[in-house]
Parts: sequence; C-alpha cells; structure tokens
Amino acid sequence: MDTLPPSEAALVRRIVAEHRGRSGPLLEVLHAIQGAIGYIPPGAVPVVATELNLSRAEVHGVVTFYHYFRTTRPGTHTVSLCQAEACQSMGAEALAAHARDRLGIDFHETTADGKFTLEPVYCLGNCACSPAAMVDGRLYGRLSPEAFDAMLADTTSA
Amino acid sequence: MSASVYVPGDSGALSIGAGKVAAAISAEAARRGIAISLVRNGSRGAYWLEPLVEVVTPAGRCAYGPVRPADVPSLFAADFLSGGAHPLALGPTDAIPWLKGQQRLTFERVGIVDPASVVDYVKHGGYQGLTKALSLPPAEIVQAITASGLRGRGGAAFPTGIKWKTVLEQSVSQKYVTCNADEGDSGTFSDRMLMEGDPFALIEGMTIAGVAVGATAGFIYLRAEYPHALAALRTAIAAAYQARYLGADVAGSGKRFDLEVRVGAGAYICGEETSMLESLEGRRGEVRVRPPLPAIKGLFGQPTIVNNVVTLATVPWILAHGAEAYANFGMGKSRGTLPIQLAGNIRRGGLVERAFGLTLRELLYDYGGGTATGKPIRAVQVGGPLGAYIPPAQFDTAVDYEALSAIGALLGHGGIVVFDDTVDMARMARYAMEFCSIESCGKCTPCRIGSTRGVEVIDRIIAGVDPEHNVRLLEDLCELMVQGSLCGLGGMAPFPVQSALKHFREDFRGRH
Repeated sequence: MDTLPPSEAALVRRIVAEHRGRSGPLLEVLHAIQGAIGYIPPGAVPVVATELNLSRAEVHGVVTFYHYFRTTRPGTHTVSLCQAEACQSMGAEALAAHARDRLGIDFHETTADGKFTLEPVYCLGNCACSPAAMVDGRLYGRLSPEAFDAMLADTTSA
Repeated sequence: MSASVYVPGDSGALSIGAGKVAAAISAEAARRGIAISLVRNGSRGAYWLEPLVEVVTPAGRCAYGPVRPADVPSLFAADFLSGGAHPLALGPTDAIPWLKGQQRLTFERVGIVDPASVVDYVKHGGYQGLTKALSLPPAEIVQAITASGLRGRGGAAFPTGIKWKTVLEQSVSQKYVTCNADEGDSGTFSDRMLMEGDPFALIEGMTIAGVAVGATAGFIYLRAEYPHALAALRTAIAAAYQARYLGADVAGSGKRFDLEVRVGAGAYICGEETSMLESLEGRRGEVRVRPPLPAIKGLFGQPTIVNNVVTLATVPWILAHGAEAYANFGMGKSRGTLPIQLAGNIRRGGLVERAFGLTLRELLYDYGGGTATGKPIRAVQVGGPLGAYIPPAQFDTAVDYEALSAIGALLGHGGIVVFDDTVDMARMARYAMEFCSIESCGKCTPCRIGSTRGVEVIDRIIAGVDPEHNVRLLEDLCELMVQGSLCGLGGMAPFPVQSALKHFREDFRGRH
C-alpha cells in the first residue's frame, strides 16, 4: 500500500483537523489536499479515512467519482480545453487537435518536461466567446491556434 | 473629482483581454497624471462588445468597445473620460439597441454595480426585498412567490412557491436553503454572470428564502470550473456578514441566516438536485430515489429548498416590486422574464433578458445577427446537452416552457447554442451519448450502459454499417433510456439524439 511521506501525512492531518467541525466535510478536505499538494496521493486516502471515521472505500469512491480530483501529480500548468457543444460549434475539435500536436500529448497526459497537463472540460461558462480554455484558473476565449500558442507563452512567462 | 471608469472584471470579459485593458488604462492615466477611479463591474452581457469600457459623464454612462490595450492611448487622446468622440464610441450604454430593448429584472444591476460593494448594492435598490419580507408573515412571503408565477430557472421549471410552501409546512428545528450553482449546461452562463456581477442579489434571495421557510443556514453549491464566481461570492458574503445582512441578527430582525459556498468537483450530474445534496454531504454525487422530496427530506435529512441561482436572485425583485408586477411579464404559464444566453457560433452573443414569448428567430437574427462564421444557421440546441436540436423551420417557436415542449424541445436553463451549416448532426448525436457516458453517476443501468451502447451504435451508423437497422436500434435504445432512467441525465440525453434523427435524418446515412 502507498504510504505518505511523514511531512505530507502531517499536512493531511492538519487539513482534516481544520475542516472536521464542518458538516459533510469530505469534499472540502479533498479540495484542500489537492490545493496544497497538487493532487490526492493514494496514500492520503487511508489517513483521511481514519481521521474522518470513514471507510477507505468511501474516501476512494469520492476521489474517483469526481473528474476534478486527480490521483497523479499534474504538470506545472494545467490546460483545460472546453469540448462542449458551444465550443464545438466554433471549432473546439480542431483546436484540441492543435493542442495535442503542439504539446505532443493527448488529453489526461502530462508533457515529458512536466510543464503542461492537458485536460478536457465540459463547459467553462464562456459560451459567447467560444472556443474557451482555462489555464491555472485563468479563463481564455475566442481561441485560434495562434491565440492558443500565445496563451501557452503567456503562461510560462507569468 | 476623479473620473470613474468601468472595466468588467467578469471572467468572460477577462477571457478576451479586459484585464490587460484595465491595466493599460491605469498605466496611461498615471502617465498623464490623471486621477481615475477604476471599478471592476460585471458584464452587461454584450460579449460581442467586450471588453466594454464605460465612463461616467454628466449625460450618464457612455461606452467604448470592443477595446484592445493598444486602443487605450487614443482613447485618452480623444478625452474618452468626458465621453469624447472615438471610432470605438458607442454612445450612452443604455441606448445601445441590443441592450435598450431588454427587460432586465433579475439582471437589473449586473454590469452596473460594483459587485464587491454592499453599499453600491443598496444604492441601486438592493435589500429592499428583504426589508419587505421581514415585514411580512412567512406564509405571505411564500404566497408572493407563488403569485408571481416564478418557476425554477435551472431547467425543471417547477413552481418555486409550491416548493417553498412544502418546506414551510414542515415543523422541524433545522431546515436549509441550498442554491444549485452547478451551471454545467454548455451554452449557459447566466448564473456565472450573476454571481460575478451582482452576488448580493443571490445572497439576498437566499436570505429571503430562509426567512420565508424558517431556515437558518444556506449553502451555495458552486461548480469548480467557476473560480472567478467563487472569489466574487466569498467577497460578497464576507461583506454581507460585516454589514449584518447575514449572521445571527439579519438586518436587525433577530433572525439568523448563515451562508457558505461549497465547491463541486467537476461532475455534471451534481446539477441534479438530489445528486447535489449527496455531494454537499461529502459523498459521491449519485442521485437519490424520490420520494422523499428534498423539500421534506433533503440536506442531512432535513427539509431543504433547492433552487437555481437565477431563481433565487429573482426573489428580491419580486418582493421589492410585488408579485403582480413580475407576473405582468411573460405569456401563458411562463411568467416573468428569462435571462436567455446566445452562445456558440453567433455573431452577437451574450445575455438577453426578456419576458417569455419572443421567438427564437428574433433572438437568433435580431439580437444574434446570425452566425459568427457568416454561414447559414443549420441547427440550434436549446436547453443544454440534454436539449433538443431545433431546425430553422421551427424558429418561429416562442421562448416559453409550454411552446417549446409542444415541439418536443425544452427550454432548460435558457441557453441557445448555434451551429452553422458545416455541423454534422450524427456527430452531435454521438457527442450527446458520449457526454452522458462520461457524466453518468452509474446508479441506473439505462443511463450507465445505455449511453455507452448509444455511442457504439452511432459509430456503426457513421461507419456505414447497416445504417437502417442501426438507426432503428438507436431509436429503440433512446426510448428505453427515456423511459427507464432514474433521473434527467439518462432520461433526457436521448432528446438531442432523437431530434437530430427527426430533423436531420440525412446525416445518418453513413460513411461520413
């Protein structure tokens, strides 16, 4: 079984302690862990389960149910490309092909240098400015292939 | 006195450069030694004019747009701070035809106020609804909502007052008000715009709901894809606590109402109300079997109001102006106004709030100006990924719950996604099934397995493998999913497929 390094285990316990008093705290705890570590290490599952008096299956079940939670370390920057209908109507599929080509990876993968992770997302609420993407919480709209490249450059220079 | 300049902090405007425009305006003002007060407002909703910069002149607010950072020096040279002439000048904002004809009730302050300021909110009529509500017995607040004809704007269109009445009638000590802000339908962004542009309207609406049914705590379930809305809500909630509009003594009434935001984690199904409640409780977002209704046994087993953002944000207007004033808008059983979202391949996309009853044609051509690509419109999808595709022959249908239902379509959350004549409807049908298979919670078989089989069958049709037989199989599968699924995801995902088969049959002949 995966175990966490002691520093991360302590961090996870501290996070659980902060949220323990709240009603239905598991999602909040998992958000805080992913916010601090970048993902939810499999070794965090038994620690959270013990601390919240849940079964490991319950925690694992929640982690794996939600698309947003990830169990592997992401790249430095996560590029989420919208693949939903409004963006499709403005060429999201061609943009995704360009993104795959440009980054040399498919969806759900991370570049070899660890810089970028590419994820599909189903609607960013920017449907009047399609196609849209989000990078590290920053929203982009009306993305052409050239604008996509500029967005990557913008991200790495920021 | 320093000149007031408005540059939207709305995430849609930011996505196309509003942040850089704001920075350029600040830098240019500093360079010229001009004092300005820069307000980051919400968006007016005319995304085709964003980034839309406004200045306050003696004649009211005047607009310039769409502004690029490179335009900023010339705007200053033209004295735009006093409304000076410039190629990007649009004149008084309220007189822009696209905005002028709208009937903004729910969105009356969006794009106008500073979303971080409770003072500005009150100055623009905010908290009048709560004041009114606090002067009424709970049953009369609920009666006002019922009389207004307000129906759930999230998509289900259930009468809001009836839901509230059920919660009011439960005699237990703990009840909840929850806001479904899991706006996941492609083509919709009204919830996001409202939360970013006028978050106090939602806070006030939830507070009124709490006062009406005797609930002392509220939760906003916000999707993880909306970090800007999260920041705006957190700022506004903190300000509302500070100003004692939230907490132990709401507006000096002695009533308690606490409110917090909970963030989802990228599951479309959590927009289904029972799934949302499961998620709020910290579990997998699997739908619950109804009954019991959430109004009787909801969050943590207690009576719970579950309403959408726009529904709740409309409540203050109804209380402040009266149920009758609201019900005077609209047609038939669709009373009031609807914030409609024009999205996808459209020339003038954005938010149009109008009374129910205008036609798709008016929206798509008069407001929307046709497609962004300049090609003819071939299809529109109304109501998100579970909504039907509608062909041009039906564009004279009115935007009204019953009128759309009569042509086998649905209004949903009011999003309209436009496609030009390059769209392949078999591929869109395939996507509907694929989306359902990605987002199915897995609890019931018709949805979980049916959607996967749906993708496979459509793949065979596209590949030209016995298309006639496979189309029949697909129609049969759709029928099974509609009849046999536990909730609206599996039960409605076939709608886009069935409508594509009905109106665009020629795309299902294979060998694409």
